[in-house]
Amino acid sequence: MKFTELLLPVAPNPILLAALLLAAMYLARKPFHRAVLAFSLVINNALRLSAASVRQAENKLVERNREVLMAEGLENAERLVEREFERINATVVRDLKGYPALQRQMADVVTKLEEDHARSVEVPPNLPNWINIIESIATIKHDGDSMVGKMLSEIDRNLREQNRTAIESFRSSSGKRQVLLNRMLPLWRRVQKTLDDIGRSISDLTDRAKSIDRYMDDYQEIRARTDKAARKLSSSSMTQFFIAGLVLLIAIGGAVINFNLIALPMSEMVGGGSFIGPYRTSDVAGLVIILIEISMGLYLMESLRITRLFPVIGSMDDKMRMRMIWITLALLTVLAGVESALAFMRDRIASDMEALRQTLAGVEQTVQAGSKIPTIGQMVMGFILPFALTFVAIPLESFISSARTVLGTMAAGLLRIIAFLLRLSGNIVYYTGKLVAALYDLIIFPPLWLEGVVTERPFKIRQAFEQISKARQHGKAAKDIEKHEDRFEILESTE
Amino acid sequence: MKRFFILVLLIGLAVGGCTDAQNRTTGVYMLLDTSGTYALELKKAQSIVNYLLGTLQPKDTLAVACIDTGSFSEKDIVAKMTFDQRPSVANNQKRAFQKTVGDFVAKVKSSSYTDISGGILQAIEYLNEAGAGQKYILIFSDLKEELAKGHVRDVPFQLSDFNVIALNVTKLRQDIRDPGNYLDRVEQWRSKVESGKGKWQVVNDLERIDTIFDR
Repeated sequence: MKFTELLLPVAPNPILLAALLLAAMYLARKPFHRAVLAFSLVINNALRLSAASVRQAENKLVERNREVLMAEGLENAERLVEREFERINATVVRDLKGYPALQRQMADVVTKLEEDHARSVEVPPNLPNWINIIESIATIKHDGDSMVGKMLSEIDRNLREQNRTAIESFRSSSGKRQVLLNRMLPLWRRVQKTLDDIGRSISDLTDRAKSIDRYMDDYQEIRARTDKAARKLSSSSMTQFFIAGLVLLIAIGGAVINFNLIALPMSEMVGGGSFIGPYRTSDVAGLVIILIEISMGLYLMESLRITRLFPVIGSMDDKMRMRMIWITLALLTVLAGVESALAFMRDRIASDMEALRQTLAGVEQTVQAGSKIPTIGQMVMGFILPFALTFVAIPLESFISSARTVLGTMAAGLLRIIAFLLRLSGNIVYYTGKLVAALYDLIIFPPLWLEGVVTERPFKIRQAFEQISKARQHGKAAKDIEKHEDRFEILESTE
Repeated sequence: MKRFFILVLLIGLAVGGCTDAQNRTTGVYMLLDTSGTYALELKKAQSIVNYLLGTLQPKDTLAVACIDTGSFSEKDIVAKMTFDQRPSVANNQKRAFQKTVGDFVAKVKSSSYTDISGGILQAIEYLNEAGAGQKYILIFSDLKEELAKGHVRDVPFQLSDFNVIALNVTKLRQDIRDPGNYLDRVEQWRSKVESGKGKWQVVNDLERIDTIFDR
């Protein structure tokens, strides 16, 4: 007999069918619970494993970001220290290279000063001592003896003569000393200036040394891989990313203006009717010229060691680098000249087109203003923009280097979100499994209730009896014992 | 050295691959009806030619021909030109073209018959020879064909890739009395063009002439 045939007599009765179904579901309850829970657990575990794997990848990425950040930080710090040392070297070479000469010069000046000083202190010899005696004799009063008077007047005259000579000699020597002292003044000033220069150089060196100390502190912090250094570098990297992005946007604006300046006249050179893909050949040619200019700018900046995008150029020997600088600069100048000429041609073509348009429209042609300012302005712009675009290399380098860490951080954030979502999904699946099991139980609640009544009531009676015994043993309050006894009675009566 | 040549070859292939084989040039052949009183409308045609001159680009082709007794002839071409690829040269060509058409309009004499079919056949031949990517035949006429005795025009048009646009299709006296005449005439030309796999369009309001080109 088949199963359907077994069911057939009861099938028309829905209550019996429901009862049978409930009974079947009750019997299948445990396998169903196990299946649902196993399924939800499998999915939950798979998702948790995936989340763990993603988390691990995120950790690796974070670690890699930190490594990159630290490496860049170290490189930057090295560059800064290197630059400071180069500056110190330049200062030392510039100022202290001539130190022996300076010392000799100082010695010469000092010797000269000493000599002048020695000469300036020489005083003229004093009048002899006997002058006083003669002066005394000369002032003796005579009483008319002509011989004596004559002699005395002669002595007096000689004395006065000598006195005058001595005063003149004194004045002359004083004048010479004055001259010597005057000559010493510029020498003193020179000495003062030289000493000031040396002082400034030394002070400059001290400042540089302080900067180096500061950079070295940063360098050591980065080397020690401290969190403080990582935070500082990360913040600096973010700032650089946004600022460099902004400057690049401005540069793109400049490139677009440059493109518009040269696209129309390029059609005069490469033809206005040919296409490369969906784009006019003249437009592509204009774009290529701008890209070549930017490339030349990059090479120039690399050769000048301002940027470090191409290590090959940076590591060239100085002679080759200088050649490269001159070549790129010459090419840039030529391209700037070409652009300037194209800008001039653009102005001509635009005027011609406008004139033709007016003729075709039947409008009387307006007299063109004679001002050449727009033409000159376009030409100047055409000449300057290629050089201005050269400096794109600097923000480009910053953008690329900061983009590594910023994109890494963003990727880590994304991985974290994915890991969270995976864990969340795992938990949702797990608890959904539990919910399904609970809903299943809810559907088959009549047999479950019966099961409870059958299996749990004797257990509860026994439990109540044990509680009464324990309460009595522990000498608990009569009220508590009564409560347990009441519960026992109720259970026993229902049983 | 070998690597350099391989690189150059690859770049060449890339550039060659990018080069568009699609012909983007435009060819326009404009037929001007000079029969009867329609010759008085030619001032309007001149402004359309001016519009075309202002619109067409270097390497595009423009020809203007008149519709008279026997239009299937090169002699009826008033002016024809494929513009140079340099804009400055093309501008000078356009000036010369405008002058030629202006002189023609000033001196035109009305013809006794209207051989529109012959003009279209001539236009197809010319534009196919010019090798334009997009081909337009503009018919500035009232579309009333009157063939001289002995002229046979029952040759079917081969108008695939052609756009045929009738401009300024004026209503004749009998059309005003019976609009059916006008509608029949237009319909007859439409079916003739479309049976030759061409696209047909009528533009009577010349203010909307800028809609005729796809680009």
